[in-house]
Amino acid sequence: MSILIDKNTRVMTQGMTGKVGQFHTINCQAYANGKNCFVAGVTPKKGGQSFEGIPIYNSVLEAKQQSGATVSVIYVPPPFAAAAIDEAVEADLDLVICITEGIPVHDMLRTRQKMQGKRTILIGPNCPGLITPDEIKIGIMPGHIHKKGRIGVVSRSGTLTYEAVGQLSALGMGQSSCVGIGGDPINGLKHIDVMRMFNDDPDTDAVIMVGEIGGSDEEECARWMKDNMRKPVVGFIAGVTAPAGKRMGHAGAIISGGQGGADTKLAVMEEAGIHITRNPAEMGRLMQKILKSS
Amino acid sequence: MKIHEYQGKEILRQFGVPTPRGKPCFSVDEAVAVATELGGNVWVVKAQIHAGGRGKGGGVKVARSLVEVKEAAQQILGMQLVTHQTGAAGQTVRRLLVEEGAHIVKEFYLGMVVDRSSQRVALLASSEGGMEIEEVAAHQPEKIHTVRIDPVTGLTDAEGAQVARDIGLPESAVAETVTILQGLYRAFVEKDAMLAEINPLILTGDGRVVALDAKFNFDSNALYRHPEVVAYRDLDEEDPAEVEASAFDLSYISLDGDIGCLVNGAGLAMATMDIIKLYGGNPANFLDVGGGATTEKVTEAFKLMLKNPNLKAILVNIFGGIMKCDVIAEGVVAAARQVHLTVPLVVRLEGTNVALGKQILAESGLPIISGDEMADAAQKVVAAARGV
Repeated sequence: MSILIDKNTRVMTQGMTGKVGQFHTINCQAYANGKNCFVAGVTPKKGGQSFEGIPIYNSVLEAKQQSGATVSVIYVPPPFAAAAIDEAVEADLDLVICITEGIPVHDMLRTRQKMQGKRTILIGPNCPGLITPDEIKIGIMPGHIHKKGRIGVVSRSGTLTYEAVGQLSALGMGQSSCVGIGGDPINGLKHIDVMRMFNDDPDTDAVIMVGEIGGSDEEECARWMKDNMRKPVVGFIAGVTAPAGKRMGHAGAIISGGQGGADTKLAVMEEAGIHITRNPAEMGRLMQKILKSS
Repeated sequence: MKIHEYQGKEILRQFGVPTPRGKPCFSVDEAVAVATELGGNVWVVKAQIHAGGRGKGGGVKVARSLVEVKEAAQQILGMQLVTHQTGAAGQTVRRLLVEEGAHIVKEFYLGMVVDRSSQRVALLASSEGGMEIEEVAAHQPEKIHTVRIDPVTGLTDAEGAQVARDIGLPESAVAETVTILQGLYRAFVEKDAMLAEINPLILTGDGRVVALDAKFNFDSNALYRHPEVVAYRDLDEEDPAEVEASAFDLSYISLDGDIGCLVNGAGLAMATMDIIKLYGGNPANFLDVGGGATTEKVTEAFKLMLKNPNLKAILVNIFGGIMKCDVIAEGVVAAARQVHLTVPLVVRLEGTNVALGKQILAESGLPIISGDEMADAAQKVVAAARGV
């Protein structure tokens, strides 16, 4: 078991024929069961063609009907990416993972409004995607650093997630699923949503939660965890040294109006019983220590 | 992207929000000419810099004669204006706004932000105009009235009227205020703003409602569809290093420490700053070279960091991911050679072919210190910066 995706998931790739889409489609196809999982691509006006043996369709709906894919991953350039999400939602897919970085915030506000009342789950945008090790990888993360196991990872960052995963794997702790929820201020799944799934997943024993400055998603998650989380969680927040009012790379990583600072988040998380570390090099070792003592 | 007050007022006027009459000026003579053209007997001379708190810093003066306009312009133009938002060095004033004086009966606050938790645009309004909204939020939160605007309907007449009454505008000014609120919302959405503030919005002696200040911050991801907003960009108001970095698609922010950081990915870049601090050092910058750390990008990043006279050491922290460590190592070596590195360089690589990458660094003949993992690299760079 795992959360959200496994070896039986069937995926279509929106924006498969662009440079980025091509590169990562090849990598995802080569990972574990990828050959069977990646069954369709969507590029308007290129229907009927194929890439690496994967058939291309003109629309998401057509791809869904013809290939049976119920999950989509998006590499469409920023000006058109929100419309690509809309199309996947309209086609009633189960899950949409948007990798694209740089989508205008107002586009995402409109897209999230359109998603109200729909069943489609969105991950991202501006995220590395998600992976269930040894089964399926959907996104841009390096597959080889992962190891199958029982630790869940949820994070707003890309390479910092790889850092956490790398530490776990090096210490012999594999992962159930790793979910990058993305660095944008308006996005789909939040920490709390993914944490609920890990809590309910019988094959996840513990979770690493990686947050960063900006917004209050980590606090909301922590408050929920206080009364509901049954598994140990290690937490890290990036940006203790970040100055206020500056956008730290990610569109959502900004301390504004005195809100979203790392210390506030860490305090709320600690209060909720999360094992926090202020040292990003210690996430794995702290997890090891907790699992040994429990 | 931030703009000046006078530019913000130009946008507000386009969306039907009344502002005082006025014009931007770049010289003392121009300021006097504008005041003469505006007529009347009271003018306000306002420093145009992107930071807030200009009044307290002496950047806003009321003039009651053309002589006073001239004196105020002389004092403000060219001054190093220090406010709570500029830092100790302050910001040089290069532009002025001269406008007609207003008879203020009462001041209010209007703000608009993208609210992350409701995933809507939120209107914030308060009777406490002229104050920082963070202050009001901390001490009198009940005085802030918030509407999370439904993107389908926009801000309705009823919502607008309710807000106007909630913050204490008289009945006679409610209709006009609704027009202002809806104009502000349309400007916010159509121009892809992330933040807008009218502080203060005033009620005048003759019962009109006027925006006395205007502050906008735009979504940099949406600038491609707003050339008219891009035209407002004032590079004098931005950190030269950050401007240069953006030309190479590097995400760079200057900090006040002495250890340069070059990292791939925003989260890891912040974490690298944090761990340097944790081991007793001080980061000189935030720098995200993005997913592909190419030789060209690394070279430009080195050049940028080396322009900082405080720089004592550099930490390169790359989680290779899909990129191979040997390729990255070659890029780092080539870049270090090209810029004639003058400070100690600690490199931590992780990912595929890490052993080969380290070998390339070791055999380069360059004084590169290799870090085994993040903590080891951070400790080594802190020691190197101290000259240990």
